[in-house]
Formats: sequence, structure tokens, C-alpha cells
Amino acid sequence: MSGAHVEAHHGPPAANQSSRVDARTLGMFLFIASEVMLFGSFFTAYFFIRVVNHQAWPPAPFHLPVFVAFVNTAILVTSSFTMHWSLQSIKRGNRAGLQAGLTLTFLMGVTFLLTQLLEYARIGFTPHDQAFGTVFFCLTGLHGAHVFVGLTILAAMTARAFRGHFSPEAHTGVEIGGIYWHFVDVMWIVVFTTVYIL
Amino acid sequence: MPLNPFRSEAEAYRFVWLTVGYFGLIVAGALINRWLGVAVFIVLSAIVLFFYFRRGERQPPVVAPTRHRSAEDERRILVVANETVGGETLRNTIRERSAGFRSQVLVVSPALNSPLKHWVSDDDEARKAAQERLDRSLARLREVGIEARGEIGDGEPLQAIEDALRTFGAEEIIISTHPEGRSNWLEKGVVSGARERFAVPITHVVVDLQQESEEVR
Repeated sequence: MSGAHVEAHHGPPAANQSSRVDARTLGMFLFIASEVMLFGSFFTAYFFIRVVNHQAWPPAPFHLPVFVAFVNTAILVTSSFTMHWSLQSIKRGNRAGLQAGLTLTFLMGVTFLLTQLLEYARIGFTPHDQAFGTVFFCLTGLHGAHVFVGLTILAAMTARAFRGHFSPEAHTGVEIGGIYWHFVDVMWIVVFTTVYIL
Repeated sequence: MPLNPFRSEAEAYRFVWLTVGYFGLIVAGALINRWLGVAVFIVLSAIVLFFYFRRGERQPPVVAPTRHRSAEDERRILVVANETVGGETLRNTIRERSAGFRSQVLVVSPALNSPLKHWVSDDDEARKAAQERLDRSLARLREVGIEARGEIGDGEPLQAIEDALRTFGAEEIIISTHPEGRSNWLEKGVVSGARERFAVPITHVVVDLQQESEEVR
């Protein structure tokens, strides 16, 4: 290499930075849109056997543990609050609030998932028990898988928070992870209402 | 251009609580009486749809430019044009507005793109074309002694103006368009929209490149 410095541009051109929605955030919203379609296909099966097939829900002699699911719902809705608190904290430069909020959210998510696994173990029917059993386990299981993914994201966010990676100026990682977690929460409210209550 | 209903975690969080309220009321109604639950569902869904469509009619807040500490004899002019920046009237308008001042002129060339390409982030060609237009525009302004700098803006002109105002505290905006009937920007109400949205004097310059006639409004 000669002494002269050669300016060379590598990679794609600089992204157009607009004050519209951030590209990374938009990416998460588009991903969530595809997830809504996935859940929609499962709900189609659910409504098919209830509305078109006129099947009783749950069919005798099965029962759904509504109270346990309600407590689980309360836990997950509360975790949205702590998630939001953590983001608001880092926006104000409060790292302790961020760490506490993410830790609490993670713990509540784990509690939700463990409670659901216990529910599966004691519920008294299996995915092989009629279309009802298949749809119940598929819908709640699909949601549980999303909670697991959310927990993985939360674990990474929490580890980064404790290593001091986020600041009031740079906290996109918390923002995008939070959006995913709220989506998981909203989907559970829909699942809980349709599967356990209606 | 359809707007994404959510832009941040805070909006997603609000959606969580609205969802809780929405389903909570439906469940409460359904527990009292099944048909009451259906009625609550219909009423709430109608309310949601009403607010969703009403949101589109709501005017965006007026955006004031970011104020920069500039000297008394300095004037900042923001010029937004697609391909019509070369007109004589536009150049004269810039000269008039900056007469007696040390002017700072920023030319914004929106990267005009199709909606489909915008949503799949395929804006390379649009930005390349905008860069070429911008280079030509700056060269023409330089020829007549107007020193200006330029940047490529968002594909939506109003958004491009808003972006530029946040970093360039313009005291005046000049929007250059084709004549009515041939101007996509006028059809979309860019000029009237800008007058409602931005708390800055706006001059509209019509440039008819076909007839070489120009008009200031």
C-alpha cells in the first residue's frame, strides 16, 4: 500500500434516516404482522370446530382450569407493565430501573411458562383427545413457544442491561424486545378469552 | 401512504391495555348473558373502527423548525423540489428572499419511490435519481451565484420537509412544483398540507418546464 490514503466505500449506501418509524422497529412490526397471520390460521381451526362443527367447548367430561389461566393472564399483563417501566427508566437514564424492570419481566415470563407446563401435566386430556384437545394444545402451545422466544430475547436484553450496554440515547434493543413482549401479551389475552372464557 | 398504526414500544404498551379493556368488557358481558357479550363486542368494535378511520382525518400537529442561533443578518431558506429546481423564477425567488442577508440555502430532493418499493426498502434507484437531480440543481444555482447545499429527503415530500426542519432551522420554505394538472405533488395536496403543518412561511413556485413559463403563488 502506498502512502496515499485511498478512500473506498464498501457495503451498501448509507440508509435514509427519516423521522418516520425506525427501520429496525418497522422490521419487528412486519415480523409481528406475519405472526398474527400464523395465529390467525390456528384460530381458524378453533372457530371451525366451535362454530361450523358445533362442538361443545370443552366437550364433556373435560374441564379447563380457568382460574389458573386467569392468574397466569394477570402475571403476563403485569409483565407488560414492568417491561414498559424498564424502557421508560433507561430513557430517563435510570439503569437500576431498567435492570429491575427487565429482571421482573423475565421472572414473570418464566412463572407464566412453568405454570402452563404444570397445567399441561394436570389438565386431564392430551392432544389426542378429539379435535378439541388438538386445538387447545396447538393454540396454547404456539403461544407458549412465543413466550419461550420472548424469554430468550429478554434474557439477552437483561444480560446486556447488567453489562451497561443501554443508555438514554441508545436503547433500541430494549424498545424492539419490548414490542415483541407486548405482542406475546396481547396474543395471550386473545387466546385466554377465546379458549378459556367464551 | 398508509401509516403504520404503531411506532414505538409505548404505543404497543398502550395497545396491551386497550386489548385488556376490550376483551375484559366482552367477557364481562358474555358472563352475564351471551347476547349481551355479542352486543358489547359489536359496540366496542364499532367504536374501535370509528376512531381508527377518524384518526386518518386528524390533522398532524404543526411542526416548528428547530431554532438555531444564527446571526441577525443570516437567513435560512429550505427549497424542496423534485425536478423543477432549475427554473428562472425559482432562482429569482431565492435571490429575493435572501436579499440583504447572508443566506443559507438547503435544497432537498425527495427520493420519489413507488409505494411497493418503499415498503420493501428498495430505494437505491430512487435515491440515485434524487442525487442526480440534486447535483444538477446545485450546479444551476451555483451558476447564478447562489451557494447552496443539498440533501436527499424522504420519498414523501411533507416528511422530507419535516426531516429537514429538524436539522435545518429554516425561516422560509420554497416548494417548487409542476403546474396544476401535471403535478403529482399538487394533486396530493403537498403545498396546502405543508401550509397547515409547518409554522414557517411557505412560497409555492410553479415551474412549467414545457412552456418555459413560471409563476409565483
